[in-house]
This record gives sequence, C-alpha cells and structure tokens, in this order.
Amino acid sequence: MTHLEIELSNLRTEVLNMWTLVRSQLVKARQAVSDNDRDLAHEILQTEKRINALELKIDKDCENIIALFNPVAVDLRFVLANLKINSNLERIADIAEGIAKYVKHYNKPFSKELLDISQLMDMFDHADDMMLMVRTAYENENTKMARTVFQLDEQIDDINKRSIEVLTSYIQQHTDETEPALYILSTIRKLERVGDQIKNLAEELIFYVDAKVLKHVKKKKLREDLES
Amino acid sequence: MAKHCIEAKNLNLFYGDFHALKDINIQIEKNTVAAFIGPSGCGKSSFLRVFNRMNDLIPSARISGIARVEGVDIYSKSANIVELRRNVGMVFQKPNPFPQSIFGNVAYGLKVNGNYSKNQMSEIVEKSLKQAALWDEVKDKLNQSAFSLSGGQQQRLCIARALAVQPEVILMDEPASALDPISTAKIEELIYELKKNYTIVIVTHNMQQAGRVSDYTAFFYLGNLIEFGLTTEVFTNPKEERTQNYITGRFG
Repeated sequence: MTHLEIELSNLRTEVLNMWTLVRSQLVKARQAVSDNDRDLAHEILQTEKRINALELKIDKDCENIIALFNPVAVDLRFVLANLKINSNLERIADIAEGIAKYVKHYNKPFSKELLDISQLMDMFDHADDMMLMVRTAYENENTKMARTVFQLDEQIDDINKRSIEVLTSYIQQHTDETEPALYILSTIRKLERVGDQIKNLAEELIFYVDAKVLKHVKKKKLREDLES
Repeated sequence: MAKHCIEAKNLNLFYGDFHALKDINIQIEKNTVAAFIGPSGCGKSSFLRVFNRMNDLIPSARISGIARVEGVDIYSKSANIVELRRNVGMVFQKPNPFPQSIFGNVAYGLKVNGNYSKNQMSEIVEKSLKQAALWDEVKDKLNQSAFSLSGGQQQRLCIARALAVQPEVILMDEPASALDPISTAKIEELIYELKKNYTIVIVTHNMQQAGRVSDYTAFFYLGNLIEFGLTTEVFTNPKEERTQNYITGRFG
C-alpha cells in the first residue's frame, strides 16, 4: 500500500468506529425512552464527549490528507465524503443526546399506549435499520444497498407526518398527559431529522463510489434511480 | 478563423521503428490552456513538439496524419516552417537565454523576423517583458547579461522572448520543473494571464500544477491519448480507469 492508501484506510477505520459509537448512542436512546432508564441517559451524555473528540480527530485527519497528499478523483471524493459523513454522524449523536436529556428531564415512564400509538419505537427501529444498512454499504462500498435506505426514510417521514393528528387526538382523550405527549412529539421530530441525516450518509457514499450527486433530488427521481 | 487552434487527426509519430504516438486525435480550443500529463516516455513531449515541428530535427522521426495550427496543415508541402515557429513559441524545461543582454534576448526574434525601428523594438521588448511579469525586475538593467538573472527570471525572460514575435500558441515543456515554488507560482500566474491572448499547451509532471493552470487535460500512456477533457472532470471523475490510476498514483 502507498502512504496515501494507508492514510485513507486509517480514515475509513476511524469513520467506522465513529459509526459504531453513534449507532450505539441511538440504540441506547431507544432503550432509555422505553425503559425510562435515567442511568442509560446519563451514559449517553457522557459518551457524547468521546464522539465530539472523535469528530474533531477525523476532521483533522481529512484536513491533513488534503493538505499533504493532494488527493484527486476517487481519493478526493473519499475524503470529501468522509468529512460530511463525519459531520452527519456527529449530528445524529447530538440528537441521541437530546433525546437522553428529555428522558432525564421528564423522569417518568411513558405509557405503553402513548408509545404504541405514536409509533415512536418503530421510528427508532427504522432509524437503526437504516444506520446498520448504510454502515454495511459503506464497509462493502455497495451503493445499491445504500440506495435502499431512501425507502426506509419514507416510512419514518410517514410516521412523522401522522404524528400531529395522532397525538392531538391522544391529548384530547388524556388531558393529564399533555407533557409526555409533547416529549414524544419532540422525539419524533428529532428522529425524523435522524432519518434525513442517514439519508445524507447514503448520498455521500454514492458520491464517493459512483461520483453521482443525489442531493436535493426529488423522491420520485430517487425511486427511479433505485429501480435503474 | 478556426475555432480549434490546435488539432491532430489520426496522427502517428515514429522514431525509426519505434511507434511513439499512435493515432492521436485532439482538438484544443483557442485561448485555453491544455495540460499534457503522463508517465515518462508516454509521448506527451513528442506530441508537443509536433506543433512547431521540432521533431524535424531528429533524423529518424517520421510522421503521418494531420496536425493543424490555426487551421493550417503544418506538415503540408506548402507549410512555411519559419512562419510556423514564429507563430508557435516554445519554452523549455531549463531556461535557455542566449548569451546576450536581457534586451538582446527579447529583441532577438524581432531582428530575425523583420524590419523594426529601434523605437518599435524598444516598445515591443518592454511590452513583452511586462506581459511576462518581468519588466519591473529588469527595467533598470536591460543591457546586463541575461545570465545575471535568477533561474525563475531567466525562464520568464524566455517567455518574454517567445511573446515578442507575437505568436498564437505557446508550447511549454515542463516550464517550472527546475524552479523554486515562488518562481513556479509566478510562471503559473503568468500562464493564467497569458491565456487571454494565447493558446497554451503545457507538458507537466506535476499533477497539481496541471490542475491549477489548465482548462483541459490530456492523459497520454504508451503513445496513446487515453483521455482528454475538462481538467475539473479529469481530476475529479476521470472516465478512464487508467487515468484514475495514474493521477491517484496507483499506476504501475
């Protein structure tokens, strides 16, 4: 391997580590919400510092590779994609941290009915499936697999779209549960953003491997792209 | 006027039995900078020299196909080589000033090419040195030997000498490879300025330099033109795998 190849391989390993760490934050956030586990929420807040440090390290490594090796073509796309993947992963971790803060602030278990009708746990599961799928796609440089997350993101979007109606009706029927319902709504909004961030991860992988830019492409076109 | 300043059609070049350039087809637009890249021995300098017939000086060199400059077939029987060399200036890897004064170097082509009054000559020398971004550094010592200049200044003097005869095309064969980074930056700035009025073709081994100075890049390998396209495309998303392997340093 050339010196540059070694540096790129190290960068890849670091990004995969970041990915593992961030995914674990999201999984823990799900558990903290479902079990009202304040200790786990605290653990998420502590791990966030590690993630921030790793984000800075990856940023610095990308900067060094660009400055010292002047990568071009596929190598340049790899570094640029990882810069953005790094930033998207850090934002997902920020969202997991935000959810953990809700758990700490609210400090009461959410009712099963509320969790069920809001489909919050389904949203968490879709987000985790997406995280895992894009990570595997990244490991194998498989853009076909990366493209499949666009459909999963639509399921997350659907739950988000229905949430106002569902939760309004819930609040009307359970007037003493306005506060937990609002926490759930805020969490749904956050997870909707997670879906978008994971979609961004897939787009960056496609940019790196296929040199295609899918940003700001309409859903219909994405579907056509997936089918082709 | 031809849109394509430089053009090759099915061009082949042989050095004796060695097939140095194989069926090259290319069209280079006016007032653009084209960079030729490729590993040593790939034919890029040979191809550059096709366009001012420098290969004629090599006894075993033989050429087939068509090479045009400004629409003129430069290998036709009626081609005027003196006119061609006036029209197509050349700058080499190592600065090669003549053993004359700074003024004498720039005025050399004018003396050979035509009748100019002393005043006209002074004006053209000044204009050429200004175009080559050297005037401010030499205006007070025009009668000093060209060898008193630094390497970077000598190279800009050679560019001024090429500009004095008002060519259409400037061919540069690794013009900055023997220069320090500051002189290199000056040559690159100069290329950027000169393309407003000239068509420039540059051979370079420095990939970053090709990226910085050129509008189009051609990648040569084993006498073949593998890829020719916009520099921004070639350096971000090359069409050919061999180009990608070369520019990313994974070649051979």
